[in-house]
Amino acid sequence: MIFASWLGKLDWSYFWHGWVQFGGQIATVGGALTILAALIYFKKLGWLYRNWLTSLDAKKIGVMYIVVSVVMLLRGFGDAIMMRLQQILGSGGGHGFLSGDHFQQVFTAHGTIMIFFVAMGLMFGIINLILPLQLGARDVAFPLLNSIAFYLYLAGVILVNLSLVFGEFGAVGWLAYPPLSELAYSPGPGVDYWLWSIQIAGIGSTLSGINFLVTILKKRCKGMTLMKMPIFSWSILATMILLLLVFPILTATLFMLSLDRSMGMHFFTADMGGNAMMYINLIWAWGHPEVYVLVLPAFGMYSEIVATFSRKRLFGYTSMVWALMAICVLSFFVWAHHFFTMGAGGNVNAFFGIMTMVIAIPTGVKVFNWLFTMYQGRVHFDTPMWWFMAFATTFLIGGGTGVMLAVPAIDFQVHNSLFLVAHFHNTIIGGVVFGYLAGIAYWLPKIFGFKLHERLGKAAVYCWVTGFFTAFMPIYLLGFMGATRRMEQFDPALQYQGLFIISGIGTAIIGLGVLLQVVQLGYSIWKRKELAAGHDPWHGRTLEWSVPSPAPEYNFARLPVVTERDAFWVAKHGGPALYSGPFKDIEVPKESGVGLVVGLAAAVFGFGVIWQLWWLLPIALAVIIGTLIKQTYVEETERIIPAKELKA
Amino acid sequence: MLDKLSRLKVPELSRRAFAAICALTALALLIALWLASGQHTFDLFQTRGQIANRERTLLIFSMLLAALVLVPVYYMLYTFAWRYKTGHDHKYSPNWDTDKKYETIWWGIPIAIITVLAAVTWVTSHSLDPYKPLNDDRQHLKVQVIALQYKWLFLYPDQEVASVNKLVIPNKWPIELDITSDAPMNSFWVPQLSGQIYAMPGMSTKLHLDAQQRGTFKGMSSNISGADFSKMNFTVESVGIEDFKTWVTNAKQGGHFTADSYTKLAKPGGAQPVTYHLHDKSIYDNAIMKYMGGHQ
Repeated sequence: MIFASWLGKLDWSYFWHGWVQFGGQIATVGGALTILAALIYFKKLGWLYRNWLTSLDAKKIGVMYIVVSVVMLLRGFGDAIMMRLQQILGSGGGHGFLSGDHFQQVFTAHGTIMIFFVAMGLMFGIINLILPLQLGARDVAFPLLNSIAFYLYLAGVILVNLSLVFGEFGAVGWLAYPPLSELAYSPGPGVDYWLWSIQIAGIGSTLSGINFLVTILKKRCKGMTLMKMPIFSWSILATMILLLLVFPILTATLFMLSLDRSMGMHFFTADMGGNAMMYINLIWAWGHPEVYVLVLPAFGMYSEIVATFSRKRLFGYTSMVWALMAICVLSFFVWAHHFFTMGAGGNVNAFFGIMTMVIAIPTGVKVFNWLFTMYQGRVHFDTPMWWFMAFATTFLIGGGTGVMLAVPAIDFQVHNSLFLVAHFHNTIIGGVVFGYLAGIAYWLPKIFGFKLHERLGKAAVYCWVTGFFTAFMPIYLLGFMGATRRMEQFDPALQYQGLFIISGIGTAIIGLGVLLQVVQLGYSIWKRKELAAGHDPWHGRTLEWSVPSPAPEYNFARLPVVTERDAFWVAKHGGPALYSGPFKDIEVPKESGVGLVVGLAAAVFGFGVIWQLWWLLPIALAVIIGTLIKQTYVEETERIIPAKELKA
Repeated sequence: MLDKLSRLKVPELSRRAFAAICALTALALLIALWLASGQHTFDLFQTRGQIANRERTLLIFSMLLAALVLVPVYYMLYTFAWRYKTGHDHKYSPNWDTDKKYETIWWGIPIAIITVLAAVTWVTSHSLDPYKPLNDDRQHLKVQVIALQYKWLFLYPDQEVASVNKLVIPNKWPIELDITSDAPMNSFWVPQLSGQIYAMPGMSTKLHLDAQQRGTFKGMSSNISGADFSKMNFTVESVGIEDFKTWVTNAKQGGHFTADSYTKLAKPGGAQPVTYHLHDKSIYDNAIMKYMGGHQ
C-alpha cells in the first residue's frame, strides 16, 4: 500500500494500450537509445557535452533549438499522416485503425507539438542565430538565462515524448477546453502531460522574451538607433513585447487548470462555482497574440529576404515599423473572435469582428511594401526568394479566408468546421513555416559556412506548395459541405472520402518536400567544400554579412559603428567603414552546465506532478533552486580571448 | 554510386517552362477537386432556411470582396517577379525606398475596403444575432435542446414531447431553441438551416431558425466533447404543419419521459432516435441548475 502511494498514479495498465500505440512506444524508446548508442560508439558524448550542451554561445543554442524542432516537426508530421489516413478510412464506411480516443490524442499532440515545440523552437532558434549578429552585438544580454530557457523548452519536449511511452496524451484538442479537460471527464494523465509540457516550455519562452527584449534595447552597436535597426530585429522587438505580455497569462491559466486537476479546486469546472468561460477568455487572450508571436518574426525574415534578393532597399521601412507595432497592439483586442458562437451579443461580436479585420490593414501594407521592394529591383530567385513567392502565393488566400472568418455571422457557419482547419493551416504553413524555412535557407551559410544545395531546395519548395494546395483545398471544400473538425468517422453516405484521398495525396507531396530537404541537408554537408559560402554569399545588407562564415564565437572581432540603415550595404558601396580602431581583448561566457541541470530537474518535476509522485517535487525543486543559488557564487563566468588571437 | 548520382545533370528549367508546370499542376488539382466534389451537397451554399440563406449571401459577398483585393495583388506579385527578375533592362532604382503618394494609396485601399466590411459586420452581427427572434408574428415553436454524452435530447415543453437525436419541426414556422449541455461543451449545428451555437453546461444559449423547405437535414456537434463525439449526429425533419401535429400525437403514445428517464439517458453512450411523452417540464431547468450549487 505504501509502495503504491510512492508510485502515485503510475500503473502497469498505462503501458499497454494496443499495437498502434506500441509502435509509438518502440519508436520513441528505440530512437532515443539509437542516438545514445551512436554517441557512445563514436565517442562523441564528451564532445557533445563540452562543445554543445554546455555552450552559452547563442549561435550554438540556436542550432540546438533548430535540431530539436526539426525532430519534433517529423513527429508532428507523422501525427498528421496518421490523422489523414484515419479520416480516409473513416469516411468510407470503415472504422479505420484509430479509436476515437486515440485519434483525439493524435490531433491534440499534433497541434501542441507544431505550435509549442516546432514553431516556437524554430523561432527561438533563428533569433539566437542571427539577432545579436544583426544588432552588432557579441552576445545576447543574458547568456546563461538563454541556456536555461532552451533546456526548459527541451524539458517540455521530453515530457511530450514521454507521454508516448508512459501513459497517454490529452484527448481534448490543443487548447483543452474545460470542462472536458477537467478531472470529471479526463481522469487519466493525458491532460496533465499536455499541461506540464507546455507549462515548463512556456516559462522558458517568457525567460527568452526577457532576454531578447533586453538584448535589443541594450546591446545594439554604436550608431544603431531604433529607426536604423534592421527590420527583422524590429519584428523581434514587436514579438518579444507581445510574448512578454501574454505568456504570463498562459502560465497562470495552465496553473489554475492544474490546481483543478491535482488539488481538487474549481476554477474552471462546470459545477461548484467554476467558470469555464473564464478559461476560454484567458486561453485566447494568450492564444491569439501567440499566432502573431509566430508570424511577426516570419514577416521580419521576408522583409530581409525580399530586400536582399531584389538588391534594393526595403520599401517603406517606416510604414513597416508602424505596421509591425500596429499588429502588435491590435492583436490584444481580437481574442473573442475565437468564440463568437458562445452567445455573446451583437455588440461584443461586432467589436471583436471589426478589430480582427482591422489587422488586415497593416498586414496589407506589408504585402504592398514587399511587392514594391521587388518593383524596379533586380530580383535574384535563390531558394529563400522562392520561399517568399511560396509564402505570398499561399498566405494571401489564408488572409482572405481569415477576413471572412472575422465576420461573426459567417463564423457561425464555419466555426469548428474543416474550413477553419484549412484557414489556419493556410496561414501557419504559408506564413510561419515557409518563413522559417526561408530564414534557415538564408542564414544557415552564416552559421555553418556553406550554402544549402539550390536545386534540391527549389524542388522542395515546389513540393511544399503543391502539397499544401492539394492537401488543404479539399479541406476548404469539406468545410463548405458542413464537415466538422476533429472527427475520426464520417457517415459514408456523405461521400467525403474522395476529397480526403486528394488531401492525403497532398500530405504525401509535402512528405516528399520534407524528404527532399533532408536529402538537401545531407548532400550539402557532404559537398560543403563546393558549396562553401564566403562571408557575404547573398550580397547582404545588414551587419551579419560583414563577419566571416561561420561566424566566430565572439561574432565581431571589433565592434561595428553604423551610421545608416542597411549599414553593410552602405559600407560596401563607398560608405564609411564599419570597423576601425585597435583590437581589444574579448570576454565570452564560459561553458556552463546549469541550464542542463535546471532543465532536467524541471522535466522530473513535471513528471512528478503528472503522476502525482509528490515526494519527487521537493527534490526536483531543491535541485533547481540549489543550482541557481550555487551559480551566484561562481565568480569566473567568463573567459578572455586575447587581442593577439583576433588579429591573426 | 552516390557520387555518380550527385554528378547527374538535370537540365535547367526556363522560367516559361516552370510557369507552365505550375499552371498545369493547378489545373490538375482543380480537375481532381471538381471530380471529387461533383455530386455533393455544399450545405453552406445549398441552404434551406432563412437564417442560413442570409448567412450564405454574406459568405458570397465576403468572398467577392476578398477576390477584389486578392486578384490585383496576385497580378502584381507575378508580373513584378517576372518583369524584375535579374537580367532585365527595365529601370533599376536600388535606393528608391519611400514614396508618400504610393504609401498613402496602400494604407488607403485596405482602410476603405475594411470600412465597408466593418459596416456590413456591424449590421449583420445584430441582424443575424442568434438570440434575435425571427421577424414573424406567429407564436415561435419552443424547443429545449440538451447535449448529452453522446446524443442530443430535444424537449417540446408546449407539445409535451421528448425526442432523442431527431428534431422535427413544422415547415416555414419560426423555431426558438434553448440550448444547454449536461456534458462537456458541444456546439449545435444544422448547416443548411442556420449557423451554430455552443451547448455549454450550466449555461443556456439561444438560437432562432426556420426551414423554408420540407426535407431532412443533417445536424451534428461541432465541438469535441469526449471519445465518441463524432457519433453525435442528429437529423432535422421539416414537415407540413399537419404532419407535425400527427407526429406530436404519435410521439405522445411513447413511454413517459420523467426525471428518472433523463438520468438513465444522460449516462455516456450513443442512442437511436426515439420519442417519448414528456411528463416533467422542469428537466431542462434542472439540467442547468444542477451545476449552480456548491457543496450540498
